[in-house]
Amino acid sequence: MIAQAFQPIYTQIKSLTKATISLDAESVQYDELAWVDGRAAQVIRVEGKEVTLQVFSGTEGLGTNAKVVFSGSAPKLRLSPLLAGRYFNAFGAAIDGKEELKGEEQDVKGQTVNPVRRQLPSELLATGIAGIDLNNTLVTGQKIPFFADPDQPYNRILAEVALRADSDRIVLGGMGISHDDFLMFKQRFNASGAGDKIVSYINTSEDPPLERLLIPDLVCTTAEYFANEKNEKVLVLLTDMTLFADALAIVSNKMDQIPSKDAMPGSLYSDLARIYEKAVQFKEGGSITIVAVTTLNDGDITHAIPDNTGYITEGQLYLKKDSETGLTIIDPFRSLSRLKQNVIGTKTREDHPQVMNALVRLYADAAEARSKKENGFDLNAYDKRSLAFATAYTEELLDVQLNISIDEMLDRGWNLMSRFFESYELGIRQNFIDKYWPKA
Amino acid sequence: MTKGKITGILSNLLQIKVDGPVRQNEICFVLKNEQRLMAEVIKIKGDIAFAQLFEAGTGLQADDQVEFSGELLEVSLGPGLLSKNFDGLQNDLEAMPGNFINAGQRSEALDLEAVYTFQPLAQPGDKLKAGDVIGEVAENALMHKIMLPFKFEGTYDLVELAEAGDYNLQTAIAQVKNEADELLPVYMVQKWPVKWPIKTYENKVRPSEIFQTGLRVIDTLNPIAEGGTAYIPGAFGTGKTVLQQAIAKNNRAEVVILVACGERANEVVEIFHSFPELEDLATGRKLKDKTTIVCNTSNMPVAAREASVYVGMTMAEYYRSMGYKVLLLADSTSRWAQALREMSNRMEELPGTDAFPVELPAVIANFYGRAGKVMMKDGREGSVTFLGTVSPAGGNFKEPVTESTSKVARCFYALSQKRADAKRYPAIDPLLSYSRYLDYEEFQEYTERSVETGWTEKVMRAKNLLAKGIEARDQISILGDDSVPLDYHRDFWKSELIDFAFIQQDSFDDTDMNSTMERQSFMLNRVLEICDKKQDFEDFSTVGSFYKKLINLFKQMNYSEFRSDDFSKFNEELDQVFTANEKMEAL
Ligand SMILES: Nc1ncnc2c1ncn2[C@@H]1O[C@H](COP(=O)(O)OP(=O)(O)O)[C@@H](O)[C@H]1O
Ligand SMILES: [Mg+2]
Repeated sequence: MIAQAFQPIYTQIKSLTKATISLDAESVQYDELAWVDGRAAQVIRVEGKEVTLQVFSGTEGLGTNAKVVFSGSAPKLRLSPLLAGRYFNAFGAAIDGKEELKGEEQDVKGQTVNPVRRQLPSELLATGIAGIDLNNTLVTGQKIPFFADPDQPYNRILAEVALRADSDRIVLGGMGISHDDFLMFKQRFNASGAGDKIVSYINTSEDPPLERLLIPDLVCTTAEYFANEKNEKVLVLLTDMTLFADALAIVSNKMDQIPSKDAMPGSLYSDLARIYEKAVQFKEGGSITIVAVTTLNDGDITHAIPDNTGYITEGQLYLKKDSETGLTIIDPFRSLSRLKQNVIGTKTREDHPQVMNALVRLYADAAEARSKKENGFDLNAYDKRSLAFATAYTEELLDVQLNISIDEMLDRGWNLMSRFFESYELGIRQNFIDKYWPKA
Repeated sequence: MTKGKITGILSNLLQIKVDGPVRQNEICFVLKNEQRLMAEVIKIKGDIAFAQLFEAGTGLQADDQVEFSGELLEVSLGPGLLSKNFDGLQNDLEAMPGNFINAGQRSEALDLEAVYTFQPLAQPGDKLKAGDVIGEVAENALMHKIMLPFKFEGTYDLVELAEAGDYNLQTAIAQVKNEADELLPVYMVQKWPVKWPIKTYENKVRPSEIFQTGLRVIDTLNPIAEGGTAYIPGAFGTGKTVLQQAIAKNNRAEVVILVACGERANEVVEIFHSFPELEDLATGRKLKDKTTIVCNTSNMPVAAREASVYVGMTMAEYYRSMGYKVLLLADSTSRWAQALREMSNRMEELPGTDAFPVELPAVIANFYGRAGKVMMKDGREGSVTFLGTVSPAGGNFKEPVTESTSKVARCFYALSQKRADAKRYPAIDPLLSYSRYLDYEEFQEYTERSVETGWTEKVMRAKNLLAKGIEARDQISILGDDSVPLDYHRDFWKSELIDFAFIQQDSFDDTDMNSTMERQSFMLNRVLEICDKKQDFEDFSTVGSFYKKLINLFKQMNYSEFRSDDFSKFNEELDQVFTANEKMEAL
């Protein structure tokens, strides 16, 4: 990304704000990258001759005579199999001390996949975690975030899921993650022997926040390269998308755009969708699965960021600490996998859908009993049974530390139901009861 | 033609200096590296036209050339629309090569080489007006009427009409003469601007018949009428899309148009995948035969989201004017409203509530107003039944899109987060939701004739039982199980019975997913009969387990084929639960 020799140098900046500069320039492209006294910047508005640039690291200290050089194009990336095992920053420059990649540069704002060329995602992606495999089964080509309060061990669980799920390639996009978490990812990947199948683009909390706006495009372009051209099964990890959205808000605010809910730009939905919709199953076999992290404020999922995310992604995995047992679980209520229908009961055992739903309904009964108890009412026999069931369900199935097969999960489910309930209390199809209800 | 040059770029909003006349909403093309990028004029100020680009603005420069077309955004209407998968601008997605759609890539909506067997239905010498039928061709299961193009104003003489035979879409099948004695050719395809309603009908009539969806909570408790409108608001994950897709599968319409507006691509893929296989209940053919999909998913051009719903509506009106029963589904109308908001923001217009443009309520009202049942001059009837989903921010219905829609849609299917969390699907809130058609006298008369006598009263009784049960539940939770009369528990469990046995329906179960009116009426009668039966209980805890046994049996019935051996067996067991209970009480 070095200025080409014939590019003119501009030195007359007309106006400056905290994050942007404006100047008169010729033949500038929308979204083009530029350098302002060596700082990376991008064109965000053209008006007649005047162009406005967003300076990623901020304008502090820039003079009106700063040197502006345009790169001649929107951000690009060199794609090659040699990306594997490497670590880059938000501009695609190496941060692992190894040499820069060579090869042809490609646009990072990729094209839309033609919907009629997509395949129905229906290959099960097992993780050994019942909160996922049993209740919210994932498939390749799906996009799904963890919703987590900041104090949850979301990055550790994300790394665990990434290593357990079967994939040919992992592309990690770190946006504003702590340096410690960055090292954690690196160590876990290397320790598991998967270090060579991973490509990482990292912006830590120590880097300028606006630079993280560039991360998802690099990640998705890399994923698309391996999935479409190399027919690989690619798993994309994006963490933390909330910090990405916060950066979007800063820019739109600087541009004097009218904010919509929670000070977020009105285009938040489209901005996030453009990234998440990169998840795809190609018919040639390659796929992109996106598992992201969206951190919450005080568990508030009605905030614009998780809310828009939920409208875009194919479900969400809501991480929380169970107050009774102290275990970290994936909340059976607010979590959802919208693509589970494509595999459960067909690629998994036939009783899967009904067992899963019955368990969650019983867990809902327990939640009602708990609130009854909290309000000081006497519990009836059924309430007590459902509370006992909920504790056992949490310990024997929901605990994210467990690593068991789906058949084992279903067997444990039947065992739990038969320990605490009568078969008529479940509303499960009679033929399944006849077949799977544990005989005394 | 007018030409122009780009002077400003902000995301996909362009400012273009023009050298001649431009029309509001005119389509123009930016010429860039051999590509023609399509845009629509949305505001004109002096010699500057503001246009929304149906692409991202990446790579565009000031001074790039623009050509104006003189036309508004139009769709092609003719045989071959059915079974097609279009994008939001009516490009045929199948006709585009490769896995990816490139910027500026387009394809013809209809295959102009395709040959159809034409049957004339008029005579030379006939006086014709726009929309009059001059012939027909077979398109899948239906006869596609060829009409005098809607753009033809005034009266025309039919001078020449093709004989029965095979013609392609580029062949003129008639010559007509206008009032100024000019001879004009007529083709089987015509074009029409999407923002203009097609009004070739004589008059609109009040909807009076049930539009069957196969869902009990709709058809029985909150029915939508043929030619009616409904909206489905709900937080994400509450079941909007599953509900619409269930309706898309189980309806008895002759034409179905599905608009996927700014939502997930994989949901459309699911339809691409299943519709060629699934059977159409109305004809026994494949669902794909009667379905057209307009697909502008969330990663496709934002500006085309608005276009997509109008493209869908225009095609729906086209088939309606042939005299067909059309179902139009749009998921989600909020995405279209958001697209309007993004643009209005970029234009720095004074915003209304939540930064939506102030004209939003009018835009929504006009759109819903295009649905309806119509009567043609020759007595034929056609209808567009429209259901739109709404995606309110944070699941809070107090927001502009939900509120504007509530003023125009006649049915309201409120999806409840609580019901969805408890997996009580479909999560339609039984008390909040309503259908205005239940109050229409002509609708009530229709149900008397086609379902059974006294139907509306029965529906009202079920609703009252639900309301009463929910009140009882609130009392129980305030006062405690022991401190309320036993009746409260009974009332509560009656409403649970109606919920589990009737309202809840498994859209992923081959049998339960669709319930005929006959079956619905059987089940409603059975549930009401059970609620009316004498039932005595010793204490509140026995009420719950008694009703759970009933609920379990009703669920087993719902999972069994109507009137099958299993079905009858479970039905009889219902009575045995009562007998057993009486014995217990007698002891
Ligand atoms: N009628 C139903 N029966 C069973 N499951 C349902 C039903 N409706 C919704 N669901 C579940 O909820 C999920 C989300 O539904 P969906 O219609 O996609 O929600 P929305 O469109 O409101 O975001 C589905 O993937 C499915 O798991
Ligand atoms: Mg949906």
